This record gives sequence, C-alpha cells and structure tokens, in this order.
Amino acid sequence: MSGPALFQVNGVSRRFRLPRTSFRHAPATLTAVDRVTFELHEGESLGVVGESGSGKTTLMRLLLGLERPDEGTVDYRGASLRREVQAVFQDPVSALDPRMRVADIILEPVRVLHLPGDREKTLRELLEAVGLPQGSARRYPHEFSGGQRQRVAIARALAPRPRVLLADEPVSALDVSVRAQILNLLQDLREGYQLTLVLVSHDLSVVRQMCDRVLVMYRGQVVEAAETRALFRAPRHHYTRTLLDSVPTLRKRRAASR
Amino acid sequence: MRRRRLPPSLLAGAILVGIVVAAAAISLFWTPRDPGHVVVSDRLRPPGYAGSLLGTDQLGRDELSLLMAGARNTLLVGVVTVLIAMALGVPVGGLAALYRGPLEEVAMRSTDVLLAFPALLLAILFAAVFRPSTITAMAAIGLAFVPIFARVVRGAGLQVMEQDYVTAARTFGSRGGWIFWRHLLPNVNAVIIVQAALAFAVAILAEAALSYLGLGTPPPTPSWGRMLSESQSYLDQAPLLALWPGLCIALAVLGFNLLGDGLRDLLDPRLVERLPQTQG
Amino acid sequence: MREPALEVRDLRVRVGTLEAVHSVSFTLERGLRTGLIGESGSGKTLTALAVMGLLPDGLGASGSVLYEGRDLLQMAEAELCRLRGDRLAMVFQEPMTALNPVMRVGDQVAEPLRIHRGAGRGAAGRQAVQLLERVQIPDAAEKTRAYPHQLSGGQRQRAMIAMAMACSPDLLIADEPTTALDVTVQAQILGLINRLVEEEGATLLLITHDLPVVAQVCEQVMVMYGGYIVEEGPAAEVFDRPRHPYTRGLVDAIPPLDQDLPERRLRAIPGNVPALGEFPEGCPFRNRCPRADWRCQVMPALTGEQHKVACWHPVA
Repeated sequence: MSGPALFQVNGVSRRFRLPRTSFRHAPATLTAVDRVTFELHEGESLGVVGESGSGKTTLMRLLLGLERPDEGTVDYRGASLRREVQAVFQDPVSALDPRMRVADIILEPVRVLHLPGDREKTLRELLEAVGLPQGSARRYPHEFSGGQRQRVAIARALAPRPRVLLADEPVSALDVSVRAQILNLLQDLREGYQLTLVLVSHDLSVVRQMCDRVLVMYRGQVVEAAETRALFRAPRHHYTRTLLDSVPTLRKRRAASR
Repeated sequence: MRRRRLPPSLLAGAILVGIVVAAAAISLFWTPRDPGHVVVSDRLRPPGYAGSLLGTDQLGRDELSLLMAGARNTLLVGVVTVLIAMALGVPVGGLAALYRGPLEEVAMRSTDVLLAFPALLLAILFAAVFRPSTITAMAAIGLAFVPIFARVVRGAGLQVMEQDYVTAARTFGSRGGWIFWRHLLPNVNAVIIVQAALAFAVAILAEAALSYLGLGTPPPTPSWGRMLSESQSYLDQAPLLALWPGLCIALAVLGFNLLGDGLRDLLDPRLVERLPQTQG
Repeated sequence: MREPALEVRDLRVRVGTLEAVHSVSFTLERGLRTGLIGESGSGKTLTALAVMGLLPDGLGASGSVLYEGRDLLQMAEAELCRLRGDRLAMVFQEPMTALNPVMRVGDQVAEPLRIHRGAGRGAAGRQAVQLLERVQIPDAAEKTRAYPHQLSGGQRQRAMIAMAMACSPDLLIADEPTTALDVTVQAQILGLINRLVEEEGATLLLITHDLPVVAQVCEQVMVMYGGYIVEEGPAAEVFDRPRHPYTRGLVDAIPPLDQDLPERRLRAIPGNVPALGEFPEGCPFRNRCPRADWRCQVMPALTGEQHKVACWHPVA
C-alpha cells in the first residue's frame, strides 16, 4: 500500500496569540496544533478527522507551507512543495476568483510556476478528467453550481501534476445529492493520477469510504492513528469512541413510536 | 436566477453627468458667444437680451457661454483630483491589505494624518506656498481624498484576501505582486469605481468652494465657483447671475452622487454570486 | 390516526413569478415527530416559513394551513403574533444570527414568557434560569447574564431551544437545527430535542438535508424535491425500502458507517440540483432519474397507503 514517506511531521506545534480581553491579564494563547507527529506515505489516502477546534485545518496549512510551526519540523521529501502539493478547499464560492474565466483559473498554477507544456492540451485534458464540458473554459464561476465549481477547483489543483492532494472538507458545502459524485471523482483521480490523498473532514462516513488510514484529532493533538478498518471496528481512544457513537446513521433508529 | 435591473439613480445620474460632459465637449468647438468677449456696455443684462439666453455678467460676457466653458474646468478638476487620490490611495490601501502587519499600520496611520487636514486647509497651505491656481487646488483636494480610497480599498481588499482563491494562489507559489494585480485589484474594482464617482461629486464642490474663496482657478479661466463668488456683489442688480452657476454646481454634484449610488447598486449585488443554497 | 396538530392543504409558495412550492399537502399528527428532507431548491424552508407566516416580502403563499380549525394563512398578523412563540415555535440553523447579539441570553429566553404569559421581569428571569437548566446549560444562572457571543455554538442552540419551548408550544419547527454544529454536539442537541418534545407532548417538524439525523429522531418522514413532496411514510419504511428514485439515490449516496463497505465507489445521483425556475416540466427529478421516460412529463400524484410516493416508476 504505502511507498516512501513524502511528508515527515515531527513534534509540530503551532500557537496563536489571542487578542487581549483585559488590561490586567496577558493575552491568552491558543495551541492549534500540539506536538503532532506522523508520516505521509506515497500512494496512501490519509484521513484527518476532528471537530471544530481540533486543529485539522491548521495542520493542513502547515503541510501546505502556508504556516510555519512554532516547534518541530514539517519535512516535505519530494522535489518541490509548491508544485507537488496542491489543495482543494471547502467553500466552492470563495474557491474561484469571480473575475476570472474558468480557463484562466485552471491554468493559473501553470502560469505562476512557469511550467512547460501545451496549455491548451492541458486544459482540455483537465476539463475532461473532472467531468466538465469543454465549453466551460470560457465561462465564469457564477455560471456554475457548487458541485461544478468544486470540479473546477479540483482541475486547478491537478494542473501542476501534483503528487499530493490535500482536500479540506471538499464536499461539506455541497448539496447532498452531489457529494457522492465528487467523492467518486476524487477516488477516480487518485487512481488515474496516482495521487497521495489527505482528506480533512469532520464527516466520519466520508473518511471511512475514502481513506486507508485515519488520524483523529482533538484539541490540537492526534489522539489516535490507525488503519481505517481497525479504527472503526475497535476504536481505542475514548474520544474516538464518543465521536463514532455520536454520528447518526440510517440504521441507528430511535426506539419504536408510542 | 439573477435579474439585473438598471437602478433609476444610475439613469438619472448618467443623464445629468452626460449634460455636463456634453456642455464641456461642445464648448471646445462652439459656444453661443466667445466667453471671453467683454462688452462693458452690455453688462448685467437679463436673460433673453440680444440672443443671450441666460443674460450677461458684470463684464458683458454671455453667461451661458461662460457656464459651458466652466464645465470644462469642473470636469478637469474632478478627473485630476480623483486620479491623484486613486494613484496614491489605491496602492496604499491595497498593499496594506495584502501584507498586513507593520506595513499596514504605517500605511493606514499615514493616511489618517492626511485625514486630519480638510481639503480647504491644504488648499490654503498650497496656495500660500505656491500661487493659487487650478493645479494647487487639484493637488490639495486630491491629497485630501487619498485616505478615503486607501480605506475603502483596504476594507474590500481584506475581504478578498480571505477568499480561498487567494489561499489557493499562495499554495502554488504566487507572490504578492501576482496576487495584487491578478486577484486583489480586479475584485476591488467595483468599490473603487463607486468611490471615484462619489469623490468626483465632492471634488466639484470642493473646487467651487476654493474658487469662491479665491484660492482656486484664477481668472480668466471660467470657473463656476468663481462666477458664484463674483455674482455676490451684483445680487441687487442681477440676482439671476448667482442662480446659474450655483444651479450648475448643484446639478453636477447631484449627477455624480446619483451615478455613484447607481453604480453601487448595480455592481454590488453582482459580487454576491448566485449559488444554490446548500443546506437550507 | 391521531388527531392532527397541523393540516396543510394545497400549499403553494410563489417567489416573484415562479412557484417554488407546488401544491404541498400533508398532516402532522399530534405528538409525532416528522422529518422533512430536502436539499437546496426543494422548498422545505419556504414551506416552514409559510406555515409560520414568516415568508419574506415579495413571496406569496396560497392554500390553507389549518391549526385547531383555523387557517393560519388567512389569519391577521396580530393574531399570528399571539400564536408564534406561544403555540407555534421555530428553531433555526444559525444560532448566532437567530439570537440578538446585544441582548443578554436570559432576557431573550424570557422574552416569550413576558410577551405571551405577561410575566414580570423578575418572574420571567427566574423561569429563564429554569429553562436554561432544563436544556442542560451548565451554570445556568450565570449564563443568563451572558451575551450570545460568550456562549459556545452548542450552548447557543440550547438557548434557542429553551426560548422556543418556553411557553410549551404545540408545534415546534426546527430548520436545520444541528447543521452548523460539531457532530458530538449535534448528538446532544438531537437528544435534547427528542426529550423535550416527548416531555411536552409537542409535535415536531424537523427540516434537514441530513437523512441519518431524521432517522435518529423522527417517526414519519417526507421527502421534498423541486417544490414537491415526492415520498412520505414511516421513517423506517422509507429508509429501508425507499420507493422514489430520488430517495433511493440519497440513501445510496451516503457512505455507510456501521456496515461493511460494499464497494469503493458510491452510487451517485448524476447531474446537479437546478436553480429555481430551471426544473424540468412535470416531475422535477426526471432529468436526473435513471428510470424516467415520456410519462414523467406529467407530475404524478402522491399515492399510497401509509407509505406514499409520487412516481410513475417507483423503485421496488
């Protein structure tokens, strides 16, 4: 399953200073990520699960190099972080610049990174890969639905031919009937482009579906790390168990009616 | 389903502004009389006298021709002041939003210093140091407006910086310059345009005030503000003389204000993208 | 069949020239928990707002909504105000915007009591503390003096529920009450709603796009798409044996949590939810439905006994 380690995260912490709330006391510090250590192996699909305040988004930003750790190291073992590690974000509205055409949006990474190659061809292939009609290239984001915009965002992330794709809640803001499409797309692309996938989500069922391995985060710490099957069958940490028990499912019905 | 309705204010404003621009443009080729043509024997004549539609001023010059020529001055002042204000204010505000931190503090506090000086005071300062002229007036008003543009651009710019497409751009290595020109500016365009129209209105009023005080456009260039000031002495003999320039100033200011409001109504809703409401 | 708490007949809601809710009819039985499932464009929120008489300006509703024999749609605003907060209550998705940010939490929770029960400040304040305790907010007395931003998301939602239940209403409508909350908090809030509704014998209409949430709370379920109710029935029935292709698609699209994973790919519904005014003629789902044919150009009626479906080609 797993190849060499692409990311080595060692004892990483990231703290934020909160604004002052009183004259007398010093401002409080929020430890968003607290001494986190793990490896990401090539080819695997890693899920990062947590609720709000767990630090999963900050961890993702650390991996992307958008934040620097206050302690510890984030070590990318590949050749170029900027080209090989790309991201897809939660909100399909703010993910795309409303003033740019889809073609320019998708090719932006290629331009910024000065990558060689036939841009027309790349654009055509990417649109096809994410299931959008070729005519989309000329249009503007507001002409598309949420699910379609996410496809554009995914195409943009794939433009520089990355090795690692980080997805932060990629389907949470989408209509329920569209979520499965996007998840299937991510799965297909992962296989087709041989991507290493990191999926950050609060939705356990999505993580179970998509990921080989899971990190459970709580208040900045990784409280459990295990292979998906093992985690869901026999969770060890009490928080993981609470999390699993809390998730409503179609089977878990309330007692019969009066 | 997005439906764009042209706001009535936009239409009204455009018409008023159009009249001013047309008058100015036409005056380049033709006016009823030569505005500089002095006929002292025909001074302070009422409207309709010898083909003079609005009457003559204290030197016998045709009022209508003077107003048309004065429109050129009005527009010139408006355009130059707004350009000065934008040229300085937009980069300051934009860079403040882009880089935050100490740069932001320095930038915004510097413009706050400018905010402390009313345009009039700056104009008096400039006029005292240099000679009173259209240029000093434009420089003073332009500088006085820099903080407005800086603030507005910084505010809108901050919102842009929070969008995921900017984060995505950073992810594949975009630097400040790329983000500034490719993402920040195009997306704050709308607020800049609206602010420019409104600033235009205030600039006209400010220049009129300065010219009224004698600190603006000096003779012989026709200026509505100066015409207003000069008409004061002849209120008993030719009261209408005070009406025309005042009316022109009022309508021009109104026109630009309406234009600005209309643009704001037209452009802002478009910034809120149509998206099927997820989850409720 | 219990007595009806609410009878909705032929409810239509217009947005400008477009009809967003098409001839919706249903009955809420007293004391029963009903879920209304739908995504964007389904018309579920508009239906709820129409029932409460809270449609924004520019939207019109027709049909009848019978509560205790009286038609809420025909009622004068003053009369409706007397009912709202007292007999009919609503809880919304975003507690931060539903609560007044500059008013103390205790005062807001006490507001319905002061308006509808004529309680004085002191008495209402004391009852507010009790209400907050009932919704299990720790340090209730202290929290009454707090402002909404000082509470966590879950606590704000609890406060809103306390406010809604203050006068023991007959009908509680909850519109996406837990969507903005963390999953552990969601479980607690759903449990709270369950408990309170049962204790008060109130009727619950739970509106959400989240099928498992409905499965956890509700006995009856209605599924809306494109402004129509397309399926209706006992929750267990509808989720185990969905008859409408849309419902079936929704059920299939959920990655299972407590079963073995059948396959790597999920069975997805193709296409997108159209915007208002862009749904096809006839059955709104037919441009995404694998079973659609020429007959679907006409919208079928909702037919069936307990488990009703509006489809020419129901599943199974």
